[in-house]
Amino acid sequence: MSRIEIDQDRCKGCGLCVHVCPRKIIVLQQDKLNARGFHPAGVTDMSRCIGCAFCATICPDSCIEVWREGGKA
Amino acid sequence: MSNRVLMKGNEAIAEAAIRAGCRHYFGYPITPQTEIMHYMALRMPEVNGVMVQAESEVAAINMVYGAAAAGARVMTTSSSPGISLKQEGFSYIAGAELPAVVVNIVRAGPGLGGILPAQGDYFQATKGGGHGDYRNVVLAPASVQELYELTVEAFNIADRYRVLTMILGDGTLGQMMEPVLFRDEEPVESFDKSWATTGTQGRREHNTIQSIYIEPDALERLNSNLQAKYRRIAEREVRVETVNCDGAEIILTAFGTCSRICKNVIRQAAEIGIKVGLVRPITLWPFPDQAIAAAAGQPSVKALLDIELNAGQMVEDVRLAVNGTRPVHFHGRTGGNLPTQQEILDKIQVLARS
Amino acid sequence: MEEKIFSRTRGLTGKPFHYCPGCTHGIIHRLIAETLSEMDILDVTIGVSPVGCTYNNYEYFACDMVQAAHGRAPAVATGIKRVHPDSMVFTYQGDGDLAAIGTAEIVHAAARGEKICTFFVNNAVYGMTSGQMAPTTLLGQKTTTSPLGRSAAVQGYPINVSEMLATLQGAVYIERVAVNSVRNINRAKQAIRKAFKVQQANLGFAMVEILSTCPTNWGKDPVSALKWIDEAMVKQYPLGVFRGQEIEVGD
Repeated sequence: MSRIEIDQDRCKGCGLCVHVCPRKIIVLQQDKLNARGFHPAGVTDMSRCIGCAFCATICPDSCIEVWREGGKA
Repeated sequence: MSNRVLMKGNEAIAEAAIRAGCRHYFGYPITPQTEIMHYMALRMPEVNGVMVQAESEVAAINMVYGAAAAGARVMTTSSSPGISLKQEGFSYIAGAELPAVVVNIVRAGPGLGGILPAQGDYFQATKGGGHGDYRNVVLAPASVQELYELTVEAFNIADRYRVLTMILGDGTLGQMMEPVLFRDEEPVESFDKSWATTGTQGRREHNTIQSIYIEPDALERLNSNLQAKYRRIAEREVRVETVNCDGAEIILTAFGTCSRICKNVIRQAAEIGIKVGLVRPITLWPFPDQAIAAAAGQPSVKALLDIELNAGQMVEDVRLAVNGTRPVHFHGRTGGNLPTQQEILDKIQVLARS
Repeated sequence: MEEKIFSRTRGLTGKPFHYCPGCTHGIIHRLIAETLSEMDILDVTIGVSPVGCTYNNYEYFACDMVQAAHGRAPAVATGIKRVHPDSMVFTYQGDGDLAAIGTAEIVHAAARGEKICTFFVNNAVYGMTSGQMAPTTLLGQKTTTSPLGRSAAVQGYPINVSEMLATLQGAVYIERVAVNSVRNINRAKQAIRKAFKVQQANLGFAMVEILSTCPTNWGKDPVSALKWIDEAMVKQYPLGVFRGQEIEVGD
């Protein structure tokens, strides 16, 4: 299983990760607000994550860490 | 070379810097100090040092800032219009508390002005041409020997206090040739530079050099620390020469080239029965106000006469030091002209008779 | 069996960036920091911070940093590198810092072949001071000092810095990249690594110009801002290598 973790406090809700995820499993959580006043990004269905790390690559704030099934390609 | 050398003032400055351990020089040509850079171009490679002719005086002072941040003894030299360009850099150097030596071989101004000597940058040097509350230590040599000795001393003062130290010369001093007696070795004290940005080498936390403090309390703390440093410098680093002041009727105040003219005037005045003394500030900042007040306060003194190659700059600090106890008069020449001994003697005679 | 494949780099201090949401300065900082860490040169690196939005990136990079007066970073870097020739020195500058007030310093550092890396972040506007026209602002682009849209007749033409500096022999490697897509980000990181490799090999001056977004002053949301780089910026500022294509740096 591949997975990501998004630091909910650092996230500025910019939406770039939402935009690049090829599986479209990241959303800005409208029902959550972090201490900075942003809707932080979150994953809707982690089982569909392929560990491509596009989200972490484009995140300007180093919010995301990625684990991939089977390790680095 | 032998220890006693006939040298041009500009060259003495350059040689002094190298003997003080300076291995990085950044400059730009401007008359009447360009010989310093020419000398460095030949001499720096001999000692495995670096001489860079920068694209402007602005670039040069910023190269100095970088080299000083990296922990080196570093110098730039220029003349009045180029020193104007460097003022932002001076303020940054003060705010970041970096050690550096700057030489201003003053020429006549304002504007492009002339290339002959003047002392019109006194305000700029001592009151700060750059923005904010800061001070540079300012040294005023009056001979080629002093250009050498004070340049060496400037590096020690700069490192001791992490402050910009300026040699305020003038075109006459830079161009004249006099014998210089070099010491066998310059005492280069070692100073802690663990604050410098040299690369962490994995041995320490990373260092930063900057001068921006958005939080007002933090910036006020910096300013308080700077002022405390300047008070320490003022307590310990005043340099002044007094000549023939005991019991004098007229006290001359002058620095640099003018002080040499004044020393001759003292002899001439004695021949016609007027006792004249001279207080010669060697540090323009910190200013030797106590020495001036002491000389002026003698019952024998009728007046002070300040002689400068400008329209009246140091005279304001003389007046502050004298604090109204005696009249302070001024005689100055501008444009690159020097006062003659006779002009000064004529003024002395008027003051002595009144 | 899972393996962690993306971690926060030790090249950054971890202090949260103050940049606007979606501003791609953050990506560029990370790419530089990752490269320094991966090449194991963090401990010998001294960076120079500019004046602009990233004025305080000395707080973000985990190496020695010196903050420079506006535009003067290449001169400051020259001073540092001449004192410590074995160190790795880089400048990080925006379009006002490098292409306006700092034009002389960047040209001459490049002409002298100073062995430093410059990372020139081009977002076609002045961010920190709230959105004025930059030397890189596109014709027709609206800014606070070109509110009717930049007009050649009134405000002149944008400057292509990479192409301009590529005429200088001392500038041995110049490439323009962008960070508006994962593919472009990966290419940008390769360029950043090549620039540091060029410095390591003492070849001369290296610069990577990086097209970056400014959502706030472009008046766009972060994702639309990414797209504007492709729609508009690359037409004026094509991506590619302008000098040093032939330089092989290996791994």
